[in-house]
Amino acid sequence: MTPLAATNDFVVKFANINGSGSASANELFAKCILRMGVPVSPRNIFPSNIQGLPTWYEVRVSEAGWLGRRGGYDLLVAMNPQTWDEDLKGLASGGYLFYDNSKPLPKFKFRDDVTTIGVPLTDIANRTWDDPRQRQLFKNIMYLGALSVLLGIERDVIVQLIGEQYRGKQALLEPNVHGLDLGREYASQHLQPIGLKIERRDNVGDRIFVDGNSAAALGMVYGGATVCAWYPITPSSSLAEAFQKYCAKLRVDKTTGKHNYAIVQAEDEIASIGIVTGAGWNGARAFTATSGPGISLMNEFIGLAYFAEIPVTLIDVQRGGPSTGMPTRTQQSDVMFCAHASHGDTNHVLLFPEDPHECFEFAAEALDLADRLQTPVFMLSDLDIGMNHRLCKPFEWDDARGYDRGKVLSAEQLEAGVPFGRYRDVDGDGIPYRTYPGTHPVRGSFFTRGTSKNADAKYSEKGEDYIENMQRLKRKLETAKKLLPQPVLHRAPHAAKDGAVYFGSTSPSMAEAIAKLDAGGMHIDALRVRGYPFADSVREFIDRHEQVFVVEQNRDAQLRALLIEQFEVDPARLVPILHYDGTPITARFIASAIGERMGSAEVTALRGDKVA
Amino acid sequence: MTYLPKPKLHHPSLQKNAVGFTRRDYEGAISTLCAGCGHDSISAAIIQACWELDVEPHRVAKISGIGCSSKTPTYFLSASHGFNAVHGRMPSVLTGANLANRELLYLGISGDGDSASIGIGQFVHAIRRGVDMLYIVENNGVYGLTKGQFSATADQGSKSKKGATNTDAPVDMVGMALQLGASFVARSFSGDKTQLVPILKAAMTHKGASFVDVLSPCVAFNNHPGSTKSYDYVREHNHALCRMDFISPRAEITVDYPPGEVREVRQHDGSVLRLRKLPESHDTGDRVAAMNYLHACQARGEIVTGLLYVDPEAPDLHEHLQTVEVPFNTLGERELCPGSAVLAEINAALS
Ligand SMILES: Cc1ncc(C[n+]2csc(CCOP(=O)(O)OP(=O)(O)O)c2C)c(N)n1
Ligand code: SF4
Ligand SMILES: [Mg+2]
Repeated sequence: MTPLAATNDFVVKFANINGSGSASANELFAKCILRMGVPVSPRNIFPSNIQGLPTWYEVRVSEAGWLGRRGGYDLLVAMNPQTWDEDLKGLASGGYLFYDNSKPLPKFKFRDDVTTIGVPLTDIANRTWDDPRQRQLFKNIMYLGALSVLLGIERDVIVQLIGEQYRGKQALLEPNVHGLDLGREYASQHLQPIGLKIERRDNVGDRIFVDGNSAAALGMVYGGATVCAWYPITPSSSLAEAFQKYCAKLRVDKTTGKHNYAIVQAEDEIASIGIVTGAGWNGARAFTATSGPGISLMNEFIGLAYFAEIPVTLIDVQRGGPSTGMPTRTQQSDVMFCAHASHGDTNHVLLFPEDPHECFEFAAEALDLADRLQTPVFMLSDLDIGMNHRLCKPFEWDDARGYDRGKVLSAEQLEAGVPFGRYRDVDGDGIPYRTYPGTHPVRGSFFTRGTSKNADAKYSEKGEDYIENMQRLKRKLETAKKLLPQPVLHRAPHAAKDGAVYFGSTSPSMAEAIAKLDAGGMHIDALRVRGYPFADSVREFIDRHEQVFVVEQNRDAQLRALLIEQFEVDPARLVPILHYDGTPITARFIASAIGERMGSAEVTALRGDKVA
Repeated sequence: MTYLPKPKLHHPSLQKNAVGFTRRDYEGAISTLCAGCGHDSISAAIIQACWELDVEPHRVAKISGIGCSSKTPTYFLSASHGFNAVHGRMPSVLTGANLANRELLYLGISGDGDSASIGIGQFVHAIRRGVDMLYIVENNGVYGLTKGQFSATADQGSKSKKGATNTDAPVDMVGMALQLGASFVARSFSGDKTQLVPILKAAMTHKGASFVDVLSPCVAFNNHPGSTKSYDYVREHNHALCRMDFISPRAEITVDYPPGEVREVRQHDGSVLRLRKLPESHDTGDRVAAMNYLHACQARGEIVTGLLYVDPEAPDLHEHLQTVEVPFNTLGERELCPGSAVLAEINAALS
């Protein structure tokens, strides 16, 4: 067995017990590497209901900047005895096992083809601290100390980060630094160097490190949302909680202490969307954040908001199936469902952010679009982007940017005699004018209901009125296509006859897969769609290529189905590349799946698990 | 259901109120409900109450669920915005609307099916939160719009028009509202305008969650012998708690009642509810007494009507959430967007 050797390009997996205080040490580990200029992408893996409450934190270190999940791991920090066997089984051959050797373990618990590194964390902690809670807690920082010596992470960087984390909390700062040094001392005195190394680079730039849910919440603050109604559900809860946190900082009037926001934790998702619908109807910017099960409950209201033309913004942080089904695993499996949520001929606007930067941008954008289009707008994020820290471009805001409140008639306009009929298509773009309740004493009032109405919002069950309205809604969707974020094209270095379409959190793995394919002489153009209904340029992209791989994280090729539905293209030309086991899609998977279909001899090389 | 066209409500006087509107200005489209439907009388009482209260029609938002009762917002206050939402979900839509603009008067119109069955959760939680609204349940003990199925407020043992007997225990929304912390709770009868109009006026001026259960016979499906929500049954078993006069802040208080028989409740806006006690009546400021009284009457087979409970000082949802005084829907970038300089700091803290 040759031990793996790699600099700035490997994966570390931490196996911990939930509640042991490991999360902050693990995050610190990731941040130290970033501070040394080397990109990392960490992922939390936390099953919702397994004995022993295990959690895992997987950190991919990639000097090249690949932020998708790599698959496999080269260094295992095994801190949970309950998951030891499984964890060790997954460690790459030639990899490194780091563990607490205070208690001896029988030989059969180990593997011959990996390097075993034992540190008596419990013993040292018991010698150093009396309080059981502290003994437990500081073990985490001790293993970080030992790892930093093994991998070459600079002490100063760690100490500075600890200082930032515990600014003003001297009582926590000192023992943490002490714990760090105990780990470092032990490693320097007793351990051999290993083949995995971190070396300083300058590859991070001005990028920020943040999770998508916080980013989306901040986007809602910047975009002017005043009402948030939600019901707790993983993986979206942290979004509403982040909104609360940001609002408490950014939306409280300094002199009066009054709030420029209202957050209601509703009794369920039906009430959440009802509150958002009522607020939108009455002219406030409102949103809800949920996941698939919540969208399921919201369906009737989504239809009402669509037909009654009420601005509603929804964020769906996607996860696996209903009930207990994989609530802590990522998927892109609500695409079809959201596109056509509710009964009747509905069709909704969707936005697909690729990372926290776009979560911020699209959240604010969704509020504008909902007002402009007077319709529900969905931002489809997922667990992978939503709940993990991701390196991304800094947030941007142009102070000259105003909120687009859409077509709303003011009291002055009504007073001046501007004619008003709630559902008339005055401008030919399918978007009618509306009024807020209470605007004018005698003009502009109307009655809001579903589809039984005419263009003046008077009750009507006439077929002509219904059809006219439905046709106008269709025109409105045409208008939407032009307003949504346009697709992003990645052109192959050489003329390519094949293309790929992808979206959302697949993005970093797709970029890496394209590079792998290019390196193997297989060139494809790739188009990342960012909104639905799709822009006309998506059709042009499909037409330009012989076959188009549609890469997505669900079983039923849902984006592909929407492409076929909207463009009526020959389904044979759209080749599904599907990943849906609940783990984030990897570049290895994409490259080998596409490579295989491109009939390349290089396939095996692509699939090959060249670790580290 | 028949669609007998009914003449637009006429009123002899076209006298203007303090805000310059005649009673007509508070009317709506011609009702399409059955002639004699209790719901139409409630609409008439709402019109009367708003006119007498000098409410500006456009400063009212009418929100309802689905049902014959929920259709009625079309039949009053045509100068107000209205919203026929989905079945059982009026309370959430109203809550959101109220958050968006705290300055309007919110009328939530619902039925017993809408509120006691499919929407019971939303009813419960909107009351709990203290949403500033007048929540009216037009209670006929049946699903009128879907043609006569029992609702959850139908009494055990009552008979449907087709002869079926209801075996399920009834939901008493008044009892629930009291228990849930509504700060204004009353029950009335669509056929008793003298009682209903002052109650509605008092409830409209009340700040906080007002709940009014109005028994409202369905002439098509629940007005037969054997029904406990028929005109005859309610008239025979009505136990009026008290007679109430509503005195607006503007009106001079001239009427004199012998002390000892009158209890006055002053609301936050200065209006006064003057309660003329009947012999057996109780203290409207005592929630527990109200619940006990309600149950005692129920046990005697009486339907207690009148104002059961009022807390003029109760905080509403906006107070709980400490929201700004101005309506959210008037706030723009200046108030809401922290700007690029703050964002630069946030970015710095994230790198
Ligand atoms: C989700 C849903 N389920 C069922 C219905 C059918 N529906 C319409 S009105 C109604 C009952 C209304 O009863 P109630 O609220 O008491 O009103 P009433 O007609 O008696 O005034 C039902 C079940 C519906 N509109 N929506
Ligand atoms: S509630 Fe009964 S009486 Fe009233 S309109 Fe409906 S069916 Fe007719
Ligand atoms: Mg009913």
